[in-house]
Amino acid sequence: MSDTLPDNTGYVAAAYLVFLGLLLIYVAIMAAKLGRVQRELQELDELAARQDAEREEAVAR
Amino acid sequence: MRALPALTAITLTSGFGLAFFYAPMDADQGFMQKIFYVHVPLGIVALCGFVLGGIMGIQHLRTGDRRYDLRSYVAIHLSLILGVGVLLTGSIWAKASWGAWWVWDEPTLVSFLIVFLLYACYQPLRFSIEDPEKQARYASVFAVTAGAFVPLNFIAVRLAQAVIHPRVFATADGGLPAKMQLAFTVCLLGMALLYVTLWRYEMAAKQASWSLRSLKRRLGGDEAVAARGRSAAPSLPVT
Amino acid sequence: MRQAVGAVLRKDLQLELRAPQAVPAMALFSVTTLVVFHFALQRNTVEGELAAGVLSVTLLFAAMLGISRLFVAEREEGGFDAFLLAPVDRTALLVAKALALLCFLVAVEVVLVPAFALLLLGPGLDAGTVAQLAGLLLLVDAGIAVVGTLVSAIAVQTRTRDLLVPLLGLPLLIPVVIGLARGATPLFLEAGAEALPGRWLLVLALYDLTFGLLAYALFDYLVED
Repeated sequence: MSDTLPDNTGYVAAAYLVFLGLLLIYVAIMAAKLGRVQRELQELDELAARQDAEREEAVAR
Repeated sequence: MRALPALTAITLTSGFGLAFFYAPMDADQGFMQKIFYVHVPLGIVALCGFVLGGIMGIQHLRTGDRRYDLRSYVAIHLSLILGVGVLLTGSIWAKASWGAWWVWDEPTLVSFLIVFLLYACYQPLRFSIEDPEKQARYASVFAVTAGAFVPLNFIAVRLAQAVIHPRVFATADGGLPAKMQLAFTVCLLGMALLYVTLWRYEMAAKQASWSLRSLKRRLGGDEAVAARGRSAAPSLPVT
Repeated sequence: MRQAVGAVLRKDLQLELRAPQAVPAMALFSVTTLVVFHFALQRNTVEGELAAGVLSVTLLFAAMLGISRLFVAEREEGGFDAFLLAPVDRTALLVAKALALLCFLVAVEVVLVPAFALLLLGPGLDAGTVAQLAGLLLLVDAGIAVVGTLVSAIAVQTRTRDLLVPLLGLPLLIPVVIGLARGATPLFLEAGAEALPGRWLLVLALYDLTFGLLAYALFDYLVED
């Protein structure tokens, strides 16, 4: 058994790494999406702030 | 529910830990049998996901509620990703067992390939129908058909093999020693929890995208929102 | 319902008889495929498993041609709308189209099987073998007809219908291929045809029944609006 162990260890490790790799790729893609959503939310926040400022200006006049 | 990702991580890690340190070495295959603890749970969860997609499809057709279509889409999408994992780990297992990267001897793996090829058409099908309501309806019909096909296919391929090659991996059936069974069950549970976790993330991401679009429209007017163009992903009707 | 089925079936069959397009094309394609097999396999005769395999693949691909065209006329000339306006059960369209496809497949086999026996099959075919083969092919055709009609109805509404029909249809039809290839192998043995294993007839019948019921339940959703 000890002489087959090195070969088979490589395959077992590869299988589990494939699983982890898929999971990590998925997480990375989701993180990228989240980043985009956060960026757009920030833009919207600024847009809302600008609109508030304009409204106040109009009221002041 | 907020503890779900942590629970998933703990379950999976313990499952794999049990597989490597607690479960005994398999008499026939030795160390390489350990792949079975990641390959088979992935496979079972992926297949259940496909069938779940079919069930969600039935619900969508019966009720017309497009949220079921979204659930069907997410179920199939996740199962396809897991399916890639199944085929890759299965191929590695085949190489370790028989020396070739693909073998036709293992009926479950062959059946899975056929199912995977079928479901790979799901997104191209959706993409080729522009009207969102029709896209959802046709996708659901496909999901139901394909979901019913999964068990039929496994039976047929199994029958086709039984004549020539006996089942080599008796480990997938009963007759597992208790320690192996425990490790396997925990791994299976972990995979199922992983599926649910990923599901929730997908749904949350979709919700976030839509809320974002809706917010954009309310704040910036319709011009601020770019036209969606053709998409394979389901969309809920604009409220 | 039966009247509606009869009417649509008669229309399709009459159209085909008057201006034959699908059946001659499928039949010719199948014979040409046999010639291709001769060159691809580099053999003068085939028998046993190889013969069953050649027959299965040829029939399957010829069927793909017919399936693609099944609903095209309805789609392009408003047949769907006309059908929806009529006070009939929509699944009548499904049944009629499936029966029409079945008739076309049988017609193709009338050409294909003799051509196969002539061109490539090593052992001869006697009456008993032909009868068993006919029974097997009938169940196979029923399966192809049901699944083909369903797939065609899905694909006809998309922009990539000729791509989607084989992509969707071939995986779904693999159990049928298994049934045909396994069932026909004993019939083509060099040493002398043996009896057809009954289990494959059973498998095919189960497949036909399951998909028949499934298609019946789902077809309404495909013919809406």
